[in-house]
Amino acid sequence: MTEREIVIRLRGIRNQFGTQVVHEDLDLDVHRGEILGVVGGSGTGKSVLLRTITGLQRPTAGSVEVLGTDVLNADDDTRQALETRWGVMFQDGALFSSLTVRENVETPMRAIDGLDPAIRNALADLKISMVGLQYSAGDKYPSELSGGMRKRAGLARALALDPDIVFLDEPTAGLDPIGASAFDQLIRGLSHSLGLTVFLVTHDLDTLHATCDRIAVLAERKVLVTGTMTDMLDVDHPWVHEYFHGPRARAAASEGPARSGQKGD
Amino acid sequence: MHMDSHDPTDDTPRAPDGHAETNGDTGFSVHHDPASGALQLSGPFTISAVTRAKAAFDDVTAEALENVDLSKLTHLDTAGAWALVTLRTRIGQAGRDLKITGASDKMASLLESVTRAMPEPTSPKDQRFSLSVWLDGFGRKVFAGVLFLRALTAYLGMFLHRLFRALRHPSEFRFTAFVHHCEEVGLRAVPIVALMAFLIGVVLAFQGSTQLRQFGAEVFVVDLIAISILRELGILLTSIIVAGRTASAFTAAIGSMKMREEIDAMRTLGLDPAMTLFVPRILALLVMLPILGLIANLAGLFGGGLMAWIDLGISPAMFQTRLVEGTSVEHVFVGLIKAPVFALIIGVVGCHAGMQVQSNAESLGRMTSNAVVTAIFAVIVADAVFSIFFARIGI
Repeated sequence: MTEREIVIRLRGIRNQFGTQVVHEDLDLDVHRGEILGVVGGSGTGKSVLLRTITGLQRPTAGSVEVLGTDVLNADDDTRQALETRWGVMFQDGALFSSLTVRENVETPMRAIDGLDPAIRNALADLKISMVGLQYSAGDKYPSELSGGMRKRAGLARALALDPDIVFLDEPTAGLDPIGASAFDQLIRGLSHSLGLTVFLVTHDLDTLHATCDRIAVLAERKVLVTGTMTDMLDVDHPWVHEYFHGPRARAAASEGPARSGQKGD
Repeated sequence: MHMDSHDPTDDTPRAPDGHAETNGDTGFSVHHDPASGALQLSGPFTISAVTRAKAAFDDVTAEALENVDLSKLTHLDTAGAWALVTLRTRIGQAGRDLKITGASDKMASLLESVTRAMPEPTSPKDQRFSLSVWLDGFGRKVFAGVLFLRALTAYLGMFLHRLFRALRHPSEFRFTAFVHHCEEVGLRAVPIVALMAFLIGVVLAFQGSTQLRQFGAEVFVVDLIAISILRELGILLTSIIVAGRTASAFTAAIGSMKMREEIDAMRTLGLDPAMTLFVPRILALLVMLPILGLIANLAGLFGGGLMAWIDLGISPAMFQTRLVEGTSVEHVFVGLIKAPVFALIIGVVGCHAGMQVQSNAESLGRMTSNAVVTAIFAVIVADAVFSIFFARIGI
């Protein structure tokens, strides 16, 4: 696989809050079907980058192209059409607290004209089951779920319309190692079976090892380097070196070589 | 099959709107050949098409179906896969086997994961209405109400216990917090309470004068204003305003501390939440509410007097004479003696609601509004009880 379709193309992004410049001249490409992990120290603007791509945060300069559409200059109809083709899972799920999990998952489906409510219901149940939640979770309210279940429900809602791209903001933050590793496998499995492109912001080295095809490191206000996990180990930059060679990185590397076996997909 | 096809050998009658259905916004079409039992799908089979497809699938009997051909499908999403898997399950239940042919690798893998993930509905709970269900719910509500009253009583007891403890060990009492809450609860409420009472006085004088003028008994408007404000309205309306202002503030402050586990942190540090949070707040309310009631009384009398002067020509001197001669001072005490009780109700309800907040923001909002409603309701109930009590003992 040499030239793959580029689904997200960022060029010359600049984000600035007051006098604080978060991104400057940032370029990034995401290919179709890959799982890209975005890492970076606290305050390097990982979440800001995610918000920039999804149009929640307008960059001061630069261009954002998602699935061939210029996000920043698109008219409302184009944007709306685009929004059905991506799904976002926020850190704590960001579920609507007044709706049950099933109703949460159904919310994006309500935009489909003429979709029979009974079918919508069944599809929501299917999505809930696909993210590994029990059938009974559909009737529960977000406040009745644990953190891991809320994340799964948030993912189910993000997947409601079978998007091309899903954005995950710290999917494993706050989960116990078992839950986090189950979530990693879930992302990997869904991305494979649904042909998803995944843009994943994370701090979790295990997630990087277990799920990501490619890693993009944010530092010095731009994407410093992209590449596979093996490439990262050779990067000669103090922060990147510290990150991928620190004690935690070694622990993650020693227990997570399983990735290399599945790389071919 | 009525869904149309581009197949020239189509031997089923074509629905008049078949063309529109085929070339609709999705371009998806279903064609069933009863002779061979083949179901031919073409175009993109996505969530937009699934309602139509499901209806078309349901029209096909299990006996007339051998296989589904996906080779002409351009796209298949989870919704489409769901419809296919549902169809296969239905045919399977009829004791037959449905073959799905022509699926690309991607479609096959999607079908497989959907098959694996198909939820098995657990039987829903019986929601039918019956007398026993209703009685059960009613009983639970009554029981919850009793528990709530018990909890409030427990909080009152806890407050009194800590208050006496503070008397014996004055060093444990948070004097700074107490003064701060006195300012928040008392001083800052003075403008709104005074304005409210002034306007009530004006309204009473105005309404009273129009009625009493019919009997030429205008001067009794002074008694009307004095008794109703001093005895009832001054303190009752002050308490209602304070319940809205302060009970919600107590709940929000304590609730957000509870939400962020600050209360738990205090406990682990050996600080007693009741002593540090409840006592200064409720005590401040206990001290300030009678003062606010007194201010409301004065403002109400002033408003009433002003209106009586403007509207009825009762001069301030005359108003004063009539007030001192005609109105027993016991009305003031009957009014103000209720203030500490109302203060306890408002404070205990506010603190108790704050402690019921869970770890989500929604419960904070719910408990805050609950606290206000409960406090106002309880104050009015207590006022009614006082009225009956005073009437019985003849004051």
